[in-house]
Amino acid sequence: MRAREEYWAAVGAVLDPEVPVLSVIDLGIVRDMREERGTVVVDVTPTYSGCPAMQTIEHDIVEALEKAGAPRVVVNTIFQPAWTTDWISADAKERLRAYGIAPPSGTAAVATELIPLQRRQDIITCPHCGSRNTERRSEFGSTACKAIYYCAGCAEPFEYFKPL
Amino acid sequence: MPLSEYLLRLGDDRLILGHRLSEWCGHGPILEEDIALANMALDLVGQANLFLELAGKAEGQGKSADSLAYFREAIEFRNALIVELPRGDFAFTTARQFLVSVFEMLHLEKLQSSAHSDLAGIAAKAFKETRYHARHSADWMLKLGDGTADSHTRVQNAVNELWRFTGELFEVDDVERDLVTEGIATDRSALREPWRSEVTRVLHAATLTVPDDGFMQRGGREGRHTEHLGLLLAEMQIVARSFPGAEW
Repeated sequence: MRAREEYWAAVGAVLDPEVPVLSVIDLGIVRDMREERGTVVVDVTPTYSGCPAMQTIEHDIVEALEKAGAPRVVVNTIFQPAWTTDWISADAKERLRAYGIAPPSGTAAVATELIPLQRRQDIITCPHCGSRNTERRSEFGSTACKAIYYCAGCAEPFEYFKPL
Repeated sequence: MPLSEYLLRLGDDRLILGHRLSEWCGHGPILEEDIALANMALDLVGQANLFLELAGKAEGQGKSADSLAYFREAIEFRNALIVELPRGDFAFTTARQFLVSVFEMLHLEKLQSSAHSDLAGIAAKAFKETRYHARHSADWMLKLGDGTADSHTRVQNAVNELWRFTGELFEVDDVERDLVTEGIATDRSALREPWRSEVTRVLHAATLTVPDDGFMQRGGREGRHTEHLGLLLAEMQIVARSFPGAEW
């Protein structure tokens, strides 16, 4: 049985500790939640294999559900389908931008060439000033999910939530 | 048994390579690269955790990923030799990361359609992460190969030295043959040509020479390792062994 609405609301208030403007539901980490003979079973899928926030997130989900009155909570990790940034909604992307992180552009569709030597760089708009005159400094940033960009418009660095 | 053995190989390749990369934390040539190396290490150790957890389940003796990582001896590790070699200079680390990441990208791309559903799901996630590793290390191959005379020499020497360790990546033995037939494992030998063509394309663009195939070192899959693995494990395992069961 699908979990009751108050449980969904409780989980919807659990935020990603690294990106505290997105909930675990916005991110698509929570895949399903149901009640089985008094136990609330939550299916979660990891974002990146090594994401250290996942443990905190699982802990926060259990805590939120217990506070909402769930007698017993089981968090179940599932691997299929693999998480993708395509699951982040347009509204959540806008909140990311307002927070200062450029949201993933386009879809994470697999390129035909495995290692493109002449890389077409997508233009990433600066979340601070809106300039399109930006460049990638590194594909790896402060967390696994972000790249480092530099904006020539406002002379500030910013982070880009990269498509996966 | 073959399944847990295969999963150990997948897990150990990533655990040991991830540890080697983590040794750069705080020592990268520039800040961005320090962060990139640590990020790739994190991805690899995360993937290792998932594969080893499955290996423990397949073995059925209640071993967790942690107990497999921290309480096995060198002869029980199943990683290929290439990942345990000392990190060397930045050119060596980059060249190894490139050669291994291209292999893993091709490998994981196929493994996504494994008949084992958890394995397929983990592979799908790891594939996407590994694409970033392959692209990133290919970028550096271009910069170093087509850079200064010094960077060119160093990265060419690194490729030459690493080449004899690449053959092991494509070996298929009895353990894997049956799993390939069952649609669970990927046939590594079929990846050799696509790997060679990707690697050649990048090396040529980087003005580097592709070494000739000669004698290939092997033995890691059967637990015959270089002396370097023991030293790595001593460092990696000491805390867990000094304080068994500690949590933080």
